[in-house]
This record gives sequence, C-alpha cells and structure tokens, in this order.
Amino acid sequence: MNKQFNQFRFWAIGLATSWLALFVLVPSLMVLVVSFLTRDVDFLIKFEFSLAGWESVFDPNFIALLWDSLSMSMITAVICLMVAYPFVMCLMGLPQRWRGIVLFLLIVPFWTNSLVRIYAIQFLLGKKGLINEALQFIGLIDKPLDMLYSQFAVIFGLSYILLPFMILPIYSSMERLDFRLLDAAKDLGATTKQRLLRITLPLTLPGIIAGFLMVVLPAMGMFFVSDLLGGSKHALLGNVIKNQFIQTRDWPFGAALSVLMILLLSFMLWLYYRATKMSNREGGINDSNF
Amino acid sequence: MTECKPLLQLRGVSKTYADNTVLDTLDLTIYDGEFLTLLGPSGCGKTTVLRIIAGFEKEDQGQVMLDENDISILKAEHRPVNTVFQSYALFPHMSVYDNIAFGLLMHKVPKAEINERVLEALSMVRLESFAQRKPDQLSGGQQQRVAIARAVVNRPRLLLLDESLSALDYKLRQEMQIELKRLQRQLNITFVYVTHDQEEALSMSDRIVVLNKGKVQQIGTPREIYETPINLFVARFIGEINQFDGHVVRRIDDKHVEVLAEGADWVVQTDHPFVADDKVHVLLRPEDVRLTKPQLAEGTVHIEGHIHECNYKGKTLDSYIRLSSGTNVIASEFFDEDDPDFDYRLGQKVALQWITGWEVVLPYEQTI
Repeated sequence: MNKQFNQFRFWAIGLATSWLALFVLVPSLMVLVVSFLTRDVDFLIKFEFSLAGWESVFDPNFIALLWDSLSMSMITAVICLMVAYPFVMCLMGLPQRWRGIVLFLLIVPFWTNSLVRIYAIQFLLGKKGLINEALQFIGLIDKPLDMLYSQFAVIFGLSYILLPFMILPIYSSMERLDFRLLDAAKDLGATTKQRLLRITLPLTLPGIIAGFLMVVLPAMGMFFVSDLLGGSKHALLGNVIKNQFIQTRDWPFGAALSVLMILLLSFMLWLYYRATKMSNREGGINDSNF
Repeated sequence: MTECKPLLQLRGVSKTYADNTVLDTLDLTIYDGEFLTLLGPSGCGKTTVLRIIAGFEKEDQGQVMLDENDISILKAEHRPVNTVFQSYALFPHMSVYDNIAFGLLMHKVPKAEINERVLEALSMVRLESFAQRKPDQLSGGQQQRVAIARAVVNRPRLLLLDESLSALDYKLRQEMQIELKRLQRQLNITFVYVTHDQEEALSMSDRIVVLNKGKVQQIGTPREIYETPINLFVARFIGEINQFDGHVVRRIDDKHVEVLAEGADWVVQTDHPFVADDKVHVLLRPEDVRLTKPQLAEGTVHIEGHIHECNYKGKTLDSYIRLSSGTNVIASEFFDEDDPDFDYRLGQKVALQWITGWEVVLPYEQTI
C-alpha cells in the first residue's frame, strides 16, 4: 500500500467521521442531555437535572397517543407490504431490461417534493376532490364521502409516500433469491402457494423486514402528512415531538421523545440484523461477505 | 438392467428457443431400473431433455410417456420424477432434515412416516449426524449427498441427475460415482444422468445416449460406444482417438477390406459393405497402438513415424508420433518396467502396429 493511498484513506475516512460526529453524534448527545434537564418558559431549558421530560413519556395519555401513532404506522407498513410484494413478484416476471424501467418509473414521482404531493392528495380526497366527483358521476354515491381529515386520509398519504421504501428492499431481496430453489420445490411437489409460503417468503423475509423499518419509522415522524391530511386529529409521534419544540415549548419532553424514537429505531435495526443473519446465510448479506 | 420394461419414452420431442433448435424430433426409451447417461458437449440439449422429463420445460412437439401414459400435461409438481440439481438447490433456510422431509411434507405423508423415511435416507447417504445442520455448514460432497437424499426419499419412478458431480473435485467425484452406483443398485430406481464428462459416463452407466445438436448420435452400452462408435462425432467425443483418412482398395472377404492410407496397404475388419474406391476413416484408440523398432516390424503391415513428444502419465506413457504425411498419432502404452528399451528418444524412428479388428472403420464424413 503506498503512501498516497494511505493519505487519501485518512482524509476520506476522517472527513466522513468528523462530519458524522459534528452533525449527528453531537446533536444527538445534546438531545439526550436536554431530555434530562428542566423546562423553562423563558429560556426553553434550565441547566438543572430533572426527570420531568421522561415522566411525561410514561404518562398514560401520551402512551395512548404513542400507541395510536405506532398502530397507524404499522397499518401503513402492512398496506405497503400488501401492495409491494405482489408488485415485486410481477416485476420479477418481466425481462431484466424492463424491470429497470419499471423501477425507474416508480421513482420518478418521488423527485417531486413530498409536501407538494401531499397537497395533491388533499385535492384528490377532498369533498370536491377528484375521487368524490368521479364516484358521484358514475352514481355510486349521492353525496360526497368525508375522506379528508381522517385516519384513513393519513394512512392513505403515508402509504403513498412510503410505498417505494417497501418495494425497493423487497425487490433487492427477491433479486438475490435463487430461482432454482423454486424449481427444486416444484420438483419436490410444492404447489404455487406452498412455494410462496415455504420458499419465497422465508427467503425474502430480510427484505420485508427492511421494508417495514423503512416505512414504519418515517411514518411515525412525518408530521406534515398528519397536519395536512389528518387535520391534526390523528397525531403521529413526529407531530408530538414537533409540538413540544415549537408550540408547547417543552424541550425536555420533546428531547425524551426523540431519544425514545432513536431507541425504537435501534431496536428495529437490531431485529433486522438478526433476521438477515438467520435467513440469508447463503450468499447475500452474510458476515463473511463484509 | 435385468428386465427391459420401458419406463419412460420420449416420442418425437422437439424444442426450439427463439430460432435455436435445441431438440430435434428426439426419440428415446428409458428402461425400468437402468442407469442411463445423456452425454454430450454443452449446448447439445441434454439438460433440456432432463427439464422436459421433469416438467420444467414444455416440449414444442412430441410426447412424454410414462408407463404408456402421456404425462406431457402434468405439471412438474405432480410428476413422479425427482431431480438432483447441478447447483444442488438445497433450501438454505432449512436444516438438512427439513430439506429431506420437504417432498414428503408436500405430499402430505403422515408425520411418523416422514420421520422414519428421512432417517432412512440420511443413513443411506451416511449423514445421520448432520440432520440439524444448515446446508452452508456442509462440504460440497455432503451437500451433494443431501441433494440426492432429498430426491430419493420420495421414491420417484425416475431420478434425474443434472451434472450433479461436476462441482466436486476429482477425488470426491470418483467417490461419489461409486456411491451413486451403489445407491442406484440398492434403491432400484431408474437414474437418468446428464454429463459432459465421458469418463463419468463410461464408468457409471448401463447405457449411454450420445447427443449432439439436439439429435441422438448413438445409444449403447459404454463398451459399444467406446469400441464401436458409429460416427466421427461419437468416436472423437468419447476418449481420444487417432484418425486416418484413406480409401478402399479392394474387398478381401465379407469381413475384411484392404485400405490405402498413409501410403500403406492396411487390412481392416469391418461389417460395413464398402466397395473399392469408397473413402473411409480408419480410427484407432491410442491404447490399441503398438510401437516397435522399425527393423522388428519388417514384413508386417505397419506405418512409420518419428517420436515427436513423450508425455509421462504415471500409469501410461503417451507418445506423440508424427507420420511422414504430417498426421499426428498418439500411442498410449503401459509401462513395462522390465523392458530396458521402453523409453523413447525424441526424434526416434518407430513403427506403428495394431491387432487387426481393433480398429474402427467409418464411411467418410464431410469435415466436421
């Protein structure tokens, strides 16, 4: 290894490390510290140790809210999974060349800012929106459905925004799946359904779990979706955190919530790590490959 | 192969991908209990034959008959046929035990019987103590044995093996060849083995089907294929062979003709009704060639040449001889440790002889 390469390596790794330390680690630590401080009306926080922030976290009212947020995210993830999995299976039936094009088309709308797209959904779901107009036109309903500002609207919006994050990991694990295994299963007498349940699903589980993580976590944080489509009635964890910092000005509580969310994320990542280790021993994600 | 009951028949099977004809109206009968090998170079269609029998591919034309019933319409999962894949295709997320039990589970065999049969299959391939391992914790040879156990545990009518030994190293492959033969005798299941390795085909099979370009070239016992190839392709594909081109001078009797080749008159034995002036190929296996000193060969039919290269092979000494016409000949001789003259000098003049009747005479073929 020559000297120049060593220098390059030092700077490349050093720069990335300091960037992450400065803009991720330090702020995170600050959040952690703030969660143990005292709330102050004038100066936001007082440098005095307090568990008040964490006590609010375990308040039954808040737990109910957290549960609400979590279940909405989970429902979103399940909906995304139910759409994404069959979609990817169809995609695998296409020739390699077409798959890239379809995936590209899938990504294109996401170049538009998600806020803009949520406004578009508002127009779609509104009382005089496209869906209501269309349904009235064909005579399925007499008066417009009340779809906007409901839990349904929030979940609809979240599912729409987050669907690609379910599709991509599932696609990547499906692509790694050795299709000769399906031939082998067929040879041994497995029907289409049995092949799906016993071979395809278990072997693409890492992709499903990854997709779940990539949907559930952002879904809990996307406060603007809840603001715009749920009319703030169906708060996500992200809304609560945002409110603590901007409206209620209870920084220790907001910080404690942020820490909670990071812990939740770490736990899910650990689950993902375990699952990939267990079910993807052959090829793909494997300790020896890294 | 004691009884000769046809088990599976391919009748006029054709398969074309795009405009590439892989199988061309292929007829093939597989007998109950035999070890049949499909042998041919890559791209000859041998794997396609297997995939059509297994039901992974649908033939464009023709029929697949099992016990006189057309199984063309049956899906792969409903055919009483199992495959040992080239890549083994073991399920990576299941233990060895679960891999082997898979087929029985799919066929809804009662739990107790599954257990019994899986254990039996495990002991048959001598992997009892590996039941709970995952495939990636096994060596290549062990994975191979699991793949075989997973297939035979279902007691298929026909076991298809797709180049199943090609991923193993030389020594292991030889062990597995013997193991496969043993299993086949023990189970009395019909094996259809696909390979491009002629040595493997010769040592394991009851019958060999030589395929090229989607057509059957020759079907016969290993001995027939090796000793009496019916065309140049078979002769060249199986083992090494020396080829001399010449023409018939005259017929001697109903079994012998005189051939002029390499500037010498040869008396060769053939059943083919050659007449004078027919162009022929005379083929000789390297191990059938005898080398002597030219002065010892005088008065007998022989051709002369120079030693051009010697290749020590351990068991044998392979000598490359260049004839005056430029033709290269290989002679493969066993060592005779007592013969002080055995080794050749490069450039040494030698006489080539063979025993009449050991040669193969084929009608002239357009150059391949």
